[in-house]
Amino acid sequence: MNNTTTYSILERLPYTAPFRFVDDIQEVDENHISGSFHLHPDLNFFKGHFTDNPITPGVILTEILAQVGLVCLGIFLIGDEWQKQQLPFVLTSTNIEFYKPVYPDETVWVESEKVYFRFGKLKCKVMMKNALGETVCDGMISGIQIKENNVTT
Amino acid sequence: MMTQEEIIEKLKPILATYSKDKEALENLNMDSNFIKDLKVNSANLVDIVLDVEEAFDIEIDNDSMEQMLTVGAAIKIVQSKLQ
Repeated sequence: MNNTTTYSILERLPYTAPFRFVDDIQEVDENHISGSFHLHPDLNFFKGHFTDNPITPGVILTEILAQVGLVCLGIFLIGDEWQKQQLPFVLTSTNIEFYKPVYPDETVWVESEKVYFRFGKLKCKVMMKNALGETVCDGMISGIQIKENNVTT
Repeated sequence: MMTQEEIIEKLKPILATYSKDKEALENLNMDSNFIKDLKVNSANLVDIVLDVEEAFDIEIDNDSMEQMLTVGAAIKIVQSKLQ
C-alpha cells in the first residue's frame, strides 16, 4: 500500500494524546479501511476503570472504532477536498456490541466497511479484533462531514 | 401515477423508523416537518432520503435532498422523480 496515503491520513487526524487512538493504517481504499492501536498501560483511564482492575472502557473501544473506521476512512474519501483547520467528521450515531475485554498492553485491529457515503454522511460497518483474532466488538457507526453549510444541529 | 395517499402510505413506515415523536407521526399531514415535528435527528435525514430512494426506485439529487424537510415536500419530490 501507498505510504504517502497512510501518512497523509494520519497527519490529518484532528486528535492529539491523550485522545488519539490510531497508530497505524494497514489498508485503505474507497470501500474499506483497516488500522490498529496499542493500548499502552500508562493510558490515563486505566487508573480508574476499574479500581485496581484495569480494563479498556467500552466508550474508548467505540472511540477507537470511530477514529479508525469512520474518521480515517472519511479523510481518505474526502481526499483533496480536505482543508486544514477543519474538523473532517463528527459522530452522529453508534450501535456497538461488546464481546471480549481488552486489557492494558493489548493491540487491537479495526476493520471498517463503507455502507454509504452520501450527502456528507458516512455510515460504516465496523469490527475490532484482538491479537488472537477474536472479535472484541462490532456494529455500526455514522458521522457527518463538517462543511459550513451543513451544521444544523 | 401514484396518488398522494399511496405515497404517504409508503412514507409512513420510513418516517416511523426515525421519528422520536409518535404522536406527531399519528397526526401526520402535509406540513409535518421532519425535524421540528417528527423530531428526527438531522443526520438521519440522509437515511430517510436513502430509504425513499429505495422504496420508490428513484434517485434523489443534492438540491432535492435539501428541500426534503416536510411530508408535502417529500411527496412533491417523489412525484416529480416518478414522472
